[in-house]
Amino acid sequence: MARMKFLCDADRCIECNACVTACKNEHEVPWGINRRRVVTLNDGLPGERSVSMACMHCTDAPCAAVCPVNCFYTTDDAVVLHNKDTCIGCGYCSYACPFGAPQYPQTANFGTRGKMDKCTYCSGGPEEDMSQAEYVKYGANRLAEGKLPLCAEMCSTKALLAGDGDIIADIYRERVVTRGYGSGAWGWRTAYGETVTV
Amino acid sequence: MQILSRMMIALLAVGFLSLTTMDAQAQVNPTAQSVNEDSMFEALGADGNAVAGRTSIPDQNAANLIKPDNKAWAALQGTTLNFVFIVAIVGMVVLLTLFYVIRGRIRVEAGMSGRKILRFNSLDRFAHWTLASTFIILALTGLNLVIGKTVILPIIGENAFGSLTAFGKLAHNYLAWPFMVALALILILWVIDNIPDKVDLAWIKQGGGLLKKGVHPPAKKFNAGQKVVFWSVILGGVALSFTGVMLLFPAEAGAAADWQFFQTIHALAAAVLSAIIIAHIYIGSVGMEGAFDAMGSGEVDENWAKEHHALWVEEVEVKAKTSGTARASTPAE
Repeated sequence: MARMKFLCDADRCIECNACVTACKNEHEVPWGINRRRVVTLNDGLPGERSVSMACMHCTDAPCAAVCPVNCFYTTDDAVVLHNKDTCIGCGYCSYACPFGAPQYPQTANFGTRGKMDKCTYCSGGPEEDMSQAEYVKYGANRLAEGKLPLCAEMCSTKALLAGDGDIIADIYRERVVTRGYGSGAWGWRTAYGETVTV
Repeated sequence: MQILSRMMIALLAVGFLSLTTMDAQAQVNPTAQSVNEDSMFEALGADGNAVAGRTSIPDQNAANLIKPDNKAWAALQGTTLNFVFIVAIVGMVVLLTLFYVIRGRIRVEAGMSGRKILRFNSLDRFAHWTLASTFIILALTGLNLVIGKTVILPIIGENAFGSLTAFGKLAHNYLAWPFMVALALILILWVIDNIPDKVDLAWIKQGGGLLKKGVHPPAKKFNAGQKVVFWSVILGGVALSFTGVMLLFPAEAGAAADWQFFQTIHALAAAVLSAIIIAHIYIGSVGMEGAFDAMGSGEVDENWAKEHHALWVEEVEVKAKTSGTARASTPAE
């Protein structure tokens, strides 16, 4: 089985936010929730870079470590998913996540947040693959259809890469060698304990 | 002429501007000098420990790209705090079991006299039991957050455990308030009798008479051990209340790091106070004969009072004489 990862090549990202829009559209993500976002670093300065960020599907995911109801699980593809039926909306995962991935539909009194929502790597949840119940709770399950996450698939500059970690690391490494520079595999060190060295 | 000179100035200005932009382009290589992860990580610490930038969505927290420190809190929460809780709770239960096996139940050595002295009036008992019942529910539902997933989840299954834990959150939302009111009430009612004094030193020197039969160091209304429990409850309760309110209103608690700090303090205070309260429950029930009456009916046996709170009994007797009323005890029937 592949070890699925995301890699955003910030030297190619043009901050078009198409990945954000594609994600919202593909999964009918409600207003106020962003499973993916683009952050621009050193905005307006020479050498600014934009990074598209979502759940990185960490190795030893910190969200899973702090969840009091054990609603997280890791698939055979190393994708970190969660069960909205058992989630109690306590918010612990959002304080454990280094990438700001967990999102909540509410901000009410007493910290009531509703069921957590986050990037599923386009692979749904614990419901039956490609069922209506799965779509309503978690969105589309492209992985079950043999496709990769839409954000990366439709990225116009091919900045955002999704797929087996070793393969996308090789692609990125080759790019860095060819063009002579690279700002790094953003988030990899934090998520996987290793970064892509060239 | 005027028009010509203006055009000259304009041309010069344009020429100057283009020269400076060319200069800027010559200095900056936008690819080689781009911001990179390594340098951003090296610069961490100054900016709230987050690799942060700008984002176009309304939630400005989303501008924090990477916050590696969150993993430190996750590790603390996931492993260290669990360990602290288990050591505190299991450790205390083991200690008390050993104490019970070795020392046994502390009896009233003179036997029950049958004469009763009022120790806690109805307001005292109302405050105590409000505090006790809310604390027990809050502590158990809180403990469930820490070890429930390893202890209860495998037994009752995911969905039932999810509902149970959600109920624990609801319990915290509502029971926190009576807990805080009762905490304030016991502070007002009992603080005067819980100020440490010289009698406590003598009590502590004799180990409170806990370890040896027949040893009964004199004490006023509250002995040193009870004072320790009182101040633990007050200090722990205030810490739990303050951090708890912050956790109930996370938006008001400040940044995520503040919330993590409050949560850590809340969990540690809960672990320590739970262990102390387990000991308190033990000595107030199975651990000591006659002790439960103080908070049960409010009236304790005179012999129990003389053995454990000799100075307090004297005080009560003096008070009864000076006020000219009969002693607050009735002969055995």
